[in-house]
Amino acid sequence: MSALIDRDEFPLLARAPELVYLDSAATTQKPRAVLDALRAYYEHDNANPHRGAYALSARATERYRAARERIARFFGLADADCAIFTRGTTEALNLVAASWGRANVGAGDEIVVSGAEHHANFVPWQQLALERGARFRICELAPDGRIDLDQLRAMLGPRTKVVAFHHVSNVLGTINPVREIAELAHGVGALAVCDGAQGAPHLPVAFDQLGVDFYALSGHKMLGPMGIGVLLGRREVLERMPPYMMGGDMIEFVHDDRSTWNVLPHKLEAGTPNVGDAVGLAAAAELLDAIGMDRVRAHEQALVRTAYERLSAIEGVHVYGPAPDARSGVVSFTVGDVHPHDLATILDARQVCIRAGHHCAQPLMRRLGVAATARASFYVYNDESDIDALVAGVRTAKELFGHATV
Amino acid sequence: MPPSDPGGGDAPAPHLSALYQEVILDHYRRPRNRGTLEHPDVAVAKKNPLCGDEIHLHLAFDGDRVREVRFTGQGCAISQASASMMTQALAGKTAAEIGAVARRFSEMVAGDPAAARDAALGELRALAGVAKIPVRHPCALLAWNALAEALSTRG
Repeated sequence: MSALIDRDEFPLLARAPELVYLDSAATTQKPRAVLDALRAYYEHDNANPHRGAYALSARATERYRAARERIARFFGLADADCAIFTRGTTEALNLVAASWGRANVGAGDEIVVSGAEHHANFVPWQQLALERGARFRICELAPDGRIDLDQLRAMLGPRTKVVAFHHVSNVLGTINPVREIAELAHGVGALAVCDGAQGAPHLPVAFDQLGVDFYALSGHKMLGPMGIGVLLGRREVLERMPPYMMGGDMIEFVHDDRSTWNVLPHKLEAGTPNVGDAVGLAAAAELLDAIGMDRVRAHEQALVRTAYERLSAIEGVHVYGPAPDARSGVVSFTVGDVHPHDLATILDARQVCIRAGHHCAQPLMRRLGVAATARASFYVYNDESDIDALVAGVRTAKELFGHATV
Repeated sequence: MPPSDPGGGDAPAPHLSALYQEVILDHYRRPRNRGTLEHPDVAVAKKNPLCGDEIHLHLAFDGDRVREVRFTGQGCAISQASASMMTQALAGKTAAEIGAVARRFSEMVAGDPAAARDAALGELRALAGVAKIPVRHPCALLAWNALAEALSTRG
């Protein structure tokens, strides 16, 4: 299979034809269209929005508004003011835990997460529970790597305030049934918060049909710039949330002894907004829409199937997680007793970039019984030759380690 | 940029063959002085939070000299082999002597060619190749950082 978007569209990849980039789950490379949009914004429209009484500032304000609308449309969110810009998924999840969480979670209440959450969707809830005297509960995984719905069902009750879970695992690539989990959460009156960092870039997402109250995502994992992410939310919930940060833009009136808040989305976006990166992310959404997220998904599945089969066929290689068809564009694996960091160094010498380590998911690594794995992840610019390079590198690592121990 | 292997064959880059040589892999697979001491004079743990590698170091002294040393830990071949070889290099040495070896080792990792030839480092010289791979310096130094902390704890 050839690349879905040609490498030439990505200046970094075009400049380094030998580079085999297999770490898109960490961050994606940036297409010319996004880089051009960033540059054009700063060269033509840059000013502080929502403030200046001059045409240039009005233009920046309009670019920001249009970017929000474009991104909301990409994610199937009709009410664009319910797309809150953040620095990324981590900030989006912290926003919900800090704002909604502090206002709604008290002593004796329960917060439920899964054992496969990224630290960004684990630690904020764990710490909120500790701070409020709430009970922090961890739902285990079924043998297929997805959240165990039977256990989740049994765990939920009248004290459950939040169910926070991932759409797609950054380690295993497993895809959770978001709507079903949201329904279970809502069945007991709990908030459903979905970490979409690994879902948004790889699967079609229609927020208004997903059923969750919040869906958090990062722009830089879906061809957009670093430093911009989105919290998609339901207006009814967002309206009742207190501000997360205080400052400019988020106020209505500031009296000497009290203040009132601006409307959505501004209430939750204190300070000068990141207009440039929002414009860049809108350009990424435009590009992905033009290709079609169904095709992105199909392309990744084809790559994952090939990678899974070819890696599994190597003696001593263990691939973690479900069968290829049940996963997103991620393959985590180990090679005999070759430590993943050594493997990454050996691959790096062949210009093959993979991730090695605990993937910011230590609770999951404990459950898998491994300290670290190697992870290859795919995106629109990858093709079969990248898998050839990965497989050849794994074989080299095996040779180098003499392969005495499998 | 490290040298690539354009042929796509299985021959590893020379700097990797130099690093992942038999002695390193042997220490990785059969670590020396692995374990714990029942009554250590000093016990420290060091972890690299970025990669998850960890080293637990137990030291027992006879006066100023190291009598016994044990380590446990987990991580890559470089961090574990470095720890294993380090424990061998410590036995019977005074804190001052250990400090000198540790300094020499850091110099070698930083790329000092004279340190890489220094007989005082003994087997540890097998790790000289790591100098060319800056992202792996913390792996090679993890056990030594634990050692530095152990010695300063003891005062």
